[in-house]
Amino acid sequence: MSIGWLALVTATLTVATPLVLAALGEVVTEKAGVLNLGIEGTMYAGAFVGFLASGWTGSAWGGIGFAVVAGAAAGALMGLLTVTLGVNQHVAGIGTTLLLVAACDFTNRLRYAGGSLTQVDKLERWFGAAPVVGQYAPTYVAFLLVAPALWWLLRSTGAGLRLRAVGENPEAADVAGVSVARTRYAALVAGGALMAVGGAFLTVAMLGTFTLDIVAGRGWVCIALVIFGRWRVWPTVGGALLFAVADSLQLQLAISPAFSSVPRELLIALPYLVVVGALAVWGRRVRYPGAYLTPYRRA
Amino acid sequence: MRLVERGRLPRWSGALAVVAAVAVTALLTAGPIRAAGANPAAAYRRYLFTPLTSGTGVAEVLLAATPLLFTGLAVAVAFRAGYYNIGAEGQLLAGTVGAAAVGIFLPDLPALVALPLAGLTGAAAGTLWAAVPAWLRVRGHIDEVVTTLLLNPVALLGVQGLLNGPWRNPETGFPESARLGPGYAIPALLGSRVHWGLVLGLVAVVVVAVVGARTPLGLRIAAAGHAPDAARFSGIRVGRIQVGSALVSGALAGLGGAVQVTGVQHQLTAGISHSYGYTGVVVATLAGLSALGVAAVGLLLGTLTVGAQNAAIVLHLPPQMGDIITALLLLTVVAALVLRRYGLRIRGAT
Repeated sequence: MSIGWLALVTATLTVATPLVLAALGEVVTEKAGVLNLGIEGTMYAGAFVGFLASGWTGSAWGGIGFAVVAGAAAGALMGLLTVTLGVNQHVAGIGTTLLLVAACDFTNRLRYAGGSLTQVDKLERWFGAAPVVGQYAPTYVAFLLVAPALWWLLRSTGAGLRLRAVGENPEAADVAGVSVARTRYAALVAGGALMAVGGAFLTVAMLGTFTLDIVAGRGWVCIALVIFGRWRVWPTVGGALLFAVADSLQLQLAISPAFSSVPRELLIALPYLVVVGALAVWGRRVRYPGAYLTPYRRA
Repeated sequence: MRLVERGRLPRWSGALAVVAAVAVTALLTAGPIRAAGANPAAAYRRYLFTPLTSGTGVAEVLLAATPLLFTGLAVAVAFRAGYYNIGAEGQLLAGTVGAAAVGIFLPDLPALVALPLAGLTGAAAGTLWAAVPAWLRVRGHIDEVVTTLLLNPVALLGVQGLLNGPWRNPETGFPESARLGPGYAIPALLGSRVHWGLVLGLVAVVVVAVVGARTPLGLRIAAAGHAPDAARFSGIRVGRIQVGSALVSGALAGLGGAVQVTGVQHQLTAGISHSYGYTGVVVATLAGLSALGVAAVGLLLGTLTVGAQNAAIVLHLPPQMGDIITALLLLTVVAALVLRRYGLRIRGAT
């Protein structure tokens, strides 16, 4: 059996892009102490709004721009629920996901009557079909801009310090004059925007259209990647690459004659199982942010 | 803005909070309903009242509520023990596979053997699907939220793989299993589409309610969920209780899957679960994790489901409006219950 190694690397970088963006968004919110299970719905909303708006604006970048707005709004909703009101973060996140998915499906049904999938103008790959470097622009943005910038921000800036402080010890941060609520809102809004861009990448770059199973649990994968990466930027990116390698490999295996008898769905499930396995091996006894899941109320 | 604790809580404040949540939900959905070309008041009448005004409507409501009893209970049982099982969706699907497998491999069994066997296999499959995250949680301290969530898409892919592969219907060629033998049909109740699975669900509600409220075990579960450290200190084996609750939770969801196969579909299809597992989280939360509450909320959401199907036909409102209302109800109710106990103050004012 021959595997096109260059093609595998190229596909891996493409497939990893939405996961890198969304998982880093989740790193931001969790570093601030908020588990955002709205990620699955936020990615879905990003995919749908990105698709819809690239139709209106006639440009994939217009779609991505509107997805940013939608993701920020989803983050603000999570902020209202978990920061201002302090409701259970699991419930708020699942509720947000259910709401966003239902709202997108409702709009989709109204607009397209459930059928007639329209194509939008996809992004073009830079460097065309060249192996490895022939990628969509957001892939370069994710790996060469977002990841290093976030790493630097968390590690070396005052904003990063405040973000970590409200996630580790909000009482101390509050005493030191950092607004816990404002910092957490900012984290949720920024994180939501990243998640939605990850979702939009699926429609405006990879697929060129929108389908109801487009996200298919990738948001849950990102939650796992953040734990796997222990809330650090580069290990989380590494986890996304691990999932993406498995996903790209299954795409190649599916078209290779040696695997024609293996059910397609088993191959599609492979990357999810790889992530569960990776968690089982490397996700044991991780240290969560100190104020994880804990709403902050001044005593 | 910040929250300030209210001093005295009048007895009716809980009811007021729920009424306020329903009102806010109605207000927020009025715009989209109008955008879809329908009158919001007429739509709400369809969602909440029309299904209850006819015999067949009530029957459909009970039918729609049945899977929610199982998944709502499954989530409530786990959450009460402090185990966040959000994998009822996958466990229910595992249960459908278990039940369908018995039906496919032993097609000619009589109902007296076939139905219990299908139910037990479904429950066992759900338990097995829940066991992996539970084991990882206890052995490796791996957050069960993540693993239970991740196994949901895997379960769906498993069902699709079976239906596109070995279990594809040989007659129609569609990705759905062959129809199961007559022994695998749960008898109907009173000549309607409602079946004995509803009664089974209600029995499960009563059992969970009694165990939770009237037994030492129920007390230990509550202690493990509310104050795990204190419970541990008083000699309660918290890990064991959480694993036990996780497995029972998986069994309930799996049983729900078996009931959908034998009571409604009589075959396995890829769309057999309309997100029942995720809706179970809504049901359990709105029910305040109480078993009797699960029955009440299950009926409410069942009404909404049937109403949404009805409104889709009569008012041409996309049925997803029912899901929007469900999600909004969840969020507004949890928000209202916070605002019941705390008042919002703008910064500076006291």
